[in-house]
Amino acid sequence: MDALLNVEGINVYYGAIHAIKDISFYVKEGEVVTLIGANGAGKTTTLQTVSGLLRSKTGSITFEGHNISSVRADKLVAHGLAQVPEGRRVFLQMSVEENLEMGAFTQPPSGVGQDLEMVYDLFPRLKERRRQVAGTLSGGEQQMLAMGRALMSHPKLLMLDEPSMGLAPILVEQIFEIIQNLNRSGSTILLVEQNAQMALSVAHRGYVLETGKIVATGTGAELIESPEIKKAYLGG
Amino acid sequence: MTLLGHLITGLSLGSIYAIIALGYTMVYGIAKMLNFAHGDVIMVGAYICFFAVTSFSLPPVVGVLLAMVVCTILGVIIEGLAYKPLRQAPSLAVLITAIGVSYFLQNTAQILWGADYKSFPNFLTLGGQTGISLFDGRLNITYAAIVTILACVVIMLALTFFTSRTKMGKAMRAVSEDKGAAQLMGINVNSTISMTFAIGSALAAVAGVLMCSAYPTLSPTTGSLPGIRAFTAAVFGGIGSIPGALLGGILLGLVETLTKAYITTSLYDAVVFALLIVVLLVKPSGLLGRYVPEKV
Repeated sequence: MDALLNVEGINVYYGAIHAIKDISFYVKEGEVVTLIGANGAGKTTTLQTVSGLLRSKTGSITFEGHNISSVRADKLVAHGLAQVPEGRRVFLQMSVEENLEMGAFTQPPSGVGQDLEMVYDLFPRLKERRRQVAGTLSGGEQQMLAMGRALMSHPKLLMLDEPSMGLAPILVEQIFEIIQNLNRSGSTILLVEQNAQMALSVAHRGYVLETGKIVATGTGAELIESPEIKKAYLGG
Repeated sequence: MTLLGHLITGLSLGSIYAIIALGYTMVYGIAKMLNFAHGDVIMVGAYICFFAVTSFSLPPVVGVLLAMVVCTILGVIIEGLAYKPLRQAPSLAVLITAIGVSYFLQNTAQILWGADYKSFPNFLTLGGQTGISLFDGRLNITYAAIVTILACVVIMLALTFFTSRTKMGKAMRAVSEDKGAAQLMGINVNSTISMTFAIGSALAAVAGVLMCSAYPTLSPTTGSLPGIRAFTAAVFGGIGSIPGALLGGILLGLVETLTKAYITTSLYDAVVFALLIVVLLVKPSGLLGRYVPEKV
């Protein structure tokens, strides 16, 4: 298998609750792959398992051919995995620039200045607010900061958890435009979304999750037309 | 002139509380636990310095450095053995463990060094004098007080520089704000917590030596009451906040000294704690603390 990320038969439990049931999926280099599903379907759990914050009881997760199933989350960053967590989770009491510096924690200090410029080019709003404490940013700006922070580690795979959550429609469009631009400039992206329409419109492929299981898969275009999607989203 | 003298004494006592409170507040900020063994680390530091100077005739500076090294190692060992296994445990379990560690240190000190009071030598002297006398002897300032206040200023400046300018210091702030997100940045949360204990314990050693220079009796329980008062200072200033620990410590030292001087020498603790209650009624998060709503 020449996929960048290959997830094979993972099962995750919260105590007695079987949250993820035998999920398998893969992401190839250069792709945007999306996991969609309703609230509680297991999307975030899946992502946190890949990024090492949660552990799977079975199966394997391989990244660039290495088994990373038991690697600690903080070690994975150096392997080239970066996650933008659900709810953004920027460091609210730290400045915008300090947040970005934290994103570069595993990078040699010599390149940080250049990477800051790269992120500021991508998100000019952040440059204007570089000295401001992140807690004073709007939701959209915080999302940009969280994405910029993840990009500071030069990820080979960027994982985004609900980037559209809580944002005004115009900002959602802007965020998805940025996701597409990042992908065009070479980033591989694993995108978790409740906003299926938006996610599938930018994704090459998608997986539909329902109560911890993958119930459908296909290209973005195929899934948009699929009745399964409508079912998952209308709660039927 | 007497008032000025009391203020300097209060400032110096407050500086000791502030240095101890920094250890409490930093550990609380990052590990969200109250390390009640912190006061006893002070006692260990003072003993190490005491024996280094009196039994091994080492220069006082070496004694202080040795105390800092031993306490740093002790702090990291305590964290690794007692608190780290309880990272996911309820906070009550951690609190009880901390009290247990506190008694363990006190009893170990009693076995090793005996329960009797040791008279701590004041080595903060200059040319045989313990202080300077101003205005024809109407104002006496001890060198111990001057060194203590200066040490507090230097420590505050160093910590401010560390947390706002260095990579590890910023990582410490990131971990104290959101451990999960910090981990996703590649920050090793456990080693950051260990580092915080190391810094807090090194400061405790300094506080122990300074405290015993000013109040020269040393016993296995020397650290416990100042530890509790410094904890109060940390809460007073807003636990988790570094400037809060400084402010709380200094205020506590001043209130304690002025109460002793002008109101009552036997009830000063009651006054201090009454003040704490009033502050917490008016501002539950402490003077400089931030109200952090519980995340759901």
